[in-house]
Amino acid sequence: MKSDSNLEKVLEAGHFAVTGELGPPRGNDVEVVRKKAQYLKGIVDAVNITDNQTAMVRMASWATALIAKEMGLEPNYQMVVRDRNRLAMQSDILGATALGINTMLCLSGDHPRFGDHPEALGVYDLDSINLLAMVKKMRDEKKFLSGADLKGAPRIYVGAAANPFGDPFELRVLRLAKKVAAGADFIQTQCIYNMAKFREYMKQAHDMGLTEKVKILAGLTPLKSAGMANYMATKVPGLDVPQDVVKRLKGVPKDQQAEEGIKLLLEQIQEVKEIPGVAGVHIMAIEWEHMMPEIMERSGLLPRPQL
Amino acid sequence: MSSESSETQFEPIIVAFACHYCAYSAADVAGSMRLSYPANVKIIKVPCTGKVDTIHLMRALQRGADGVLVAGCLEGDCHFKTGNLRAQKRVAYVKALLDDIGIGSQRVDMVTMSAGQGQAFAQAASEFTEKIRALGPNPIKDGAAKAA
Amino acid sequence: MITAERKPIEEIMEYVAPFKKILLLGCNECVTVCYAGGRKEVGILASALAMAMMKKGQKIEIDEMTLERQCDPEYVEELARVIDQYDAVCSMACGCGVQTVAARYPGKPVLPMVNTEFMGASEQQGVWAERCRGCGNCVLAYTGGICPIARCSKSLLNGPCGGSDNGKCEIDPSVDCAWQLIWDRLKSLGQTDLYSRIMEPKDWRPAGGGGPRKIVREDLMS
Repeated sequence: MKSDSNLEKVLEAGHFAVTGELGPPRGNDVEVVRKKAQYLKGIVDAVNITDNQTAMVRMASWATALIAKEMGLEPNYQMVVRDRNRLAMQSDILGATALGINTMLCLSGDHPRFGDHPEALGVYDLDSINLLAMVKKMRDEKKFLSGADLKGAPRIYVGAAANPFGDPFELRVLRLAKKVAAGADFIQTQCIYNMAKFREYMKQAHDMGLTEKVKILAGLTPLKSAGMANYMATKVPGLDVPQDVVKRLKGVPKDQQAEEGIKLLLEQIQEVKEIPGVAGVHIMAIEWEHMMPEIMERSGLLPRPQL
Repeated sequence: MSSESSETQFEPIIVAFACHYCAYSAADVAGSMRLSYPANVKIIKVPCTGKVDTIHLMRALQRGADGVLVAGCLEGDCHFKTGNLRAQKRVAYVKALLDDIGIGSQRVDMVTMSAGQGQAFAQAASEFTEKIRALGPNPIKDGAAKAA
Repeated sequence: MITAERKPIEEIMEYVAPFKKILLLGCNECVTVCYAGGRKEVGILASALAMAMMKKGQKIEIDEMTLERQCDPEYVEELARVIDQYDAVCSMACGCGVQTVAARYPGKPVLPMVNTEFMGASEQQGVWAERCRGCGNCVLAYTGGICPIARCSKSLLNGPCGGSDNGKCEIDPSVDCAWQLIWDRLKSLGQTDLYSRIMEPKDWRPAGGGGPRKIVREDLMS
């Protein structure tokens, strides 16, 4: 075992893992975090704590992760390369792991243009693949990126994001291979609506031998409404939302759309379970954390393994 | 009764860059058809309106023109293919610059016509002259008067 | 070339307001090529400023001159015989030129007339696009001749990110995804294996991270 991560234990034991997501607040109100965390307690194997998502400043992911940990959750500490240089990233990893964080996700991060401080300089000292390799070096070689020895090396289960739906498609599995080569232990994908494309992606990943080297969790997001489906289909870069998904949501009256979205999610869980190489699901119920208990109840994935 | 008018009517100075192949020719036709257009309009013949550069338009105004007209071929008919289109873009550029410095974009304009359209030339020249007359003298003259 | 755009007229008017006689100084190189500060642009700005001042009833004398370059002392030296006549020099050169003139004539205000932007190339008449960030360690041999530092919005060395959308960058549909371009180029070159190499973290010191940069060639110094 590379760490004390619950997610690692669950995946290594061969269980179908489930992770959730918690977005930190736009302020320092601890109660907001506690409230969201409460919904996720006990029903997922780890909870992703996002890092200034969509380039909007939020409470630091490391701090939010610690609050979640205090409440008995297993945080998956997300770190983007947009806001920190290699000094700060290594420093934050040492600090976070010193305080018990044992799972992290390395990401590029949405461009500052999207956020509330578009004038800011995006750092991008390293890219997400460099970050992955750096974390691996700290953990396995017990060294800083610069090569000096660490006085206390982090034990951390490290993952990366993958987007089967970004362009160019032919490149996506090659990029996944790079992340695996750099040291990713697990992968969480961007949320899936185009199941056919995801199947194709997983087939290619499987053919390249990647599914044996890395645990891939299929990303899913419940659609709350037809409006949300349409928004995601048209306004969010890197997503692939087929028209028949939007139509399905539009096809039911407004007050039933949320339920339809949940039904779709539950179907998707069953579908991805059947795809070879899918080791679990990552459910991103963003700003809908209170629905997670019901979703998990109906998913048939409870109780979560206690290892 | 003779009136003692203290103000003579403002006679704008209009510089017109007219292309050899169309607009200048049209001006000629206007002449031979005895169609009158204001004497205010001083015509400068150019081989093509595409030869008219931003600096020419600026200097004309700087040297005291109240209005500058660029007269070229109809779209698609330019003897040099796209000279008139380039002129259009430069006129647009100068208009924005003139607004920036407070001289006013209306003092420069572009018209198009074909070689035989004497009437079109006469009309364009007259209309532009009257437009500039209504606008008043080039504001740089105001300033010069103030400074004096 | 280095690209630049003329500053807004209002800003320029503020700069020249205190002066009675100025030298409007153009440059015959980069700013000429991008139509920001060459001989022609000097003429246009001189005319615009003169008219703007005339309108206000203010007087300003503007002389026009264009040097071959403003970033070489030999050319800047040409001003020595005339500079005393002027209250200020208004330079239409890029920041390199403005500073070289200012350094040679420390007693004379030297004001920038353009905003220097990026190192780029002409895509077509009237359109210039960023190509190079001067990172000091060129990787173009590995990316099919397309720079990921300058042309990827996140300067990713191992791109693309998840926001690449139909060949365009997530920040703006008019911006190409550099990594899409790189991939397409590697394909046409038969060099797709280069993509799978992991590019190591960049040493940003040659890129300016180590402080202001300098090149010294002893063999060329007199």
